[in-house]
Amino acid sequence: MTDLYQSQRAMRNMRRAALQRGVVAVLDVGTSKIACLVLRFENAEEPREDGLGALAGQSQFRVIGAATTRSRGVRFGEVDAMQETERAIRTAVQAAQKMAQTRVDHVIACFSGAHPRSYGLAGEIELHEGQVSEQDVARVLAACDVPDFGQGREVLHAHPVNFAIDHRSGFGDPRGHVGNRLAADMHLLTIDTGAVQNLLYCIRRCDLEIAGLASSSYVSGLSSLVEDEQELGAACIDMGGGATGLSIFIKKHMIFAESVRLGGDHVTSDISKGLQVPLATAERIKTIHGGVHATGMDDREMIEIGADCGDWEKDRRKVSRTELIGIMRPRVEEILEEVRGILDAAGFDQLPSQQIVLTGGASQIPGLDMLAARILGQNVRLGRPLRVQGLPQAATGSAFSSTVGMCLFAANPQDEWWDFEIPAERYPARSLRRAVKWFKDNW
Amino acid sequence: MQPLRAPERRYGEPPRRDPAPSRLSYRVERLWLTPSFRKVVRVGLPAFLIVATVIGYLADADRRGALQTMLSDLRESVENRPEFQVTLMAIDGASEPVANAIRAMLPVSLPASSFRLDLAALRATIAQIDAVASADLHIRKGGILQVTVTERQPAVLWRTVSGLEMLDATGHRVATLLDRTARPDLPVMAGEGADARVAEGLEILEAARPIHARIRGLVRVGERRWDIVLDRDQRILLPEAGQVEAVRRVIALDQAEDMLGRDLTLVDMRNINRPTIRLAVPGGQDELETKVAGQ
Repeated sequence: MTDLYQSQRAMRNMRRAALQRGVVAVLDVGTSKIACLVLRFENAEEPREDGLGALAGQSQFRVIGAATTRSRGVRFGEVDAMQETERAIRTAVQAAQKMAQTRVDHVIACFSGAHPRSYGLAGEIELHEGQVSEQDVARVLAACDVPDFGQGREVLHAHPVNFAIDHRSGFGDPRGHVGNRLAADMHLLTIDTGAVQNLLYCIRRCDLEIAGLASSSYVSGLSSLVEDEQELGAACIDMGGGATGLSIFIKKHMIFAESVRLGGDHVTSDISKGLQVPLATAERIKTIHGGVHATGMDDREMIEIGADCGDWEKDRRKVSRTELIGIMRPRVEEILEEVRGILDAAGFDQLPSQQIVLTGGASQIPGLDMLAARILGQNVRLGRPLRVQGLPQAATGSAFSSTVGMCLFAANPQDEWWDFEIPAERYPARSLRRAVKWFKDNW
Repeated sequence: MQPLRAPERRYGEPPRRDPAPSRLSYRVERLWLTPSFRKVVRVGLPAFLIVATVIGYLADADRRGALQTMLSDLRESVENRPEFQVTLMAIDGASEPVANAIRAMLPVSLPASSFRLDLAALRATIAQIDAVASADLHIRKGGILQVTVTERQPAVLWRTVSGLEMLDATGHRVATLLDRTARPDLPVMAGEGADARVAEGLEILEAARPIHARIRGLVRVGERRWDIVLDRDQRILLPEAGQVEAVRRVIALDQAEDMLGRDLTLVDMRNINRPTIRLAVPGGQDELETKVAGQ
């Protein structure tokens, strides 16, 4: 646990160093594309308490380089072929650097796979001095009983969500309050160690330093949910290529995140299998003619699917759009059903507001919002990421919501467990003894 | 049906390659995008190369000598162009002896290049001549060194032990005179320190203009006051301050009483309130002093 704490802390320090230098890159390693944005932090003023300000408090950075490349070697949002992934990252980073005309050393990465799993933690302590100090917050966070999430898992996010003092609950910031007992709820997100280590290895091979790691479902929620949705309760469904991320926000905190290992690539492969066309053609047909609601008009709309095999009969094949929709719809429904199951398991129906926001590249299928409304509930909308300064037009689509979300994550990260000092009594005695010995040796 | 020939590929076109940069090119590009490295390569390296080339070229003494020779030759050839030659010296405003002296002083023989002529130094040298008040030198078109001289105008003669000097109105020496009769128009002064007070002396003479014909000269006594020496061995002793008033007073007395025409040897005005005269007593009798005008 302490190792992770230290490594996350090191990442935070790296992030601070990057902001000091003024240039940091964000890297979204997805299944269908790898996007890299280079941010320049210009006037690093402190964000206001209420999170307001010019451009929703996002005016302190500017995107100076952006590049997207087709992802290779990534499946289900996890690194599958290391060399290929490394080359794809290199392509994206180099192109973004070239556009920015500057060298980037620090990168904040996000990924959608690696089996994220959420845990709600609770901790409680007695307050010694009556008033809650920063040290007390650290103590109560350390007092949270960590569940046994098993071998090979690692904590990616640990957000303190709620604080309670005596019987008053719902504090965002308990410091300075007076009471006898302090309780905290913490949301812990764990991921597979192996997957994240593979990704880190790929990034290190590109001579980049990791200044932060984030779950893509979390950061796409940050960028595509508007403020009141984050406040009142909403689920962000980031439909990517290989995985569909899901995050639930309330009171501006993520309280749940999961991912379904199904995405747009499965729709493509269904089309490829169903129509017997190569994957590239299937992808093209999906993006140009795809849909999930068939109408009578679609029976008459014939799509040339073509081929290059030399057989005239095969090369001149046509399918109606209805057939295409017939292939796509079951898969999209399956994804949404999976999401529905997760939402039910997470108790989403208990939230005061049950807004659902669909984002991600696969959410661009025409008619998806109607289909999603039938499966997930009535409050469904399609989300696009927030506009940030200097973002190219090509990167403003919903496929870039996690990329943009990472910019926000880089600019104003939420407090995580490792942002608080280790409580004094938790310091291992050994290091104190070592410090004393060092003093004795040197004086 | 299978196409009978291979898909067309334009001549010389390489096969489609991986869009990903190689590790090396990625690193090189990152290095190139490093600001400090960029600065070194784009500014430091060329500067270093230029400096190194120059130093390497000049390291050889022969080359350095050749370069110096070339430079001096170039300079010489420019200096010796006829456009820069000075052939004549024209002297304006100087009398013959002064002009001859100036000609003798010119350090280079004409014709010479105007680059060789140090006009400031030459001007300073000319200004050292006593007879020259100021000199103005410039090189006129056509290679003529124009010297315009303002000579000192002698105002008085100063008789010293060593001889007779001409002084101008400021007391500066102009020339030595061998013979008083050469300049009968100039008044004579004598006595030590008279040259420093020439202006004062001239004022006295100006005030004594009515008795001009009788004045033989002025004598500076003890470096503090003046005596006017008249013919017939008469003297007027003037005070240290207010000499001009004293002279006017003597003149007034003279005009009223014809004082100087009488037989006296000395008019003592040293005490301005009590003019005193000494009568010439025939036969070397005791001197008799008489008060004048009942004071």
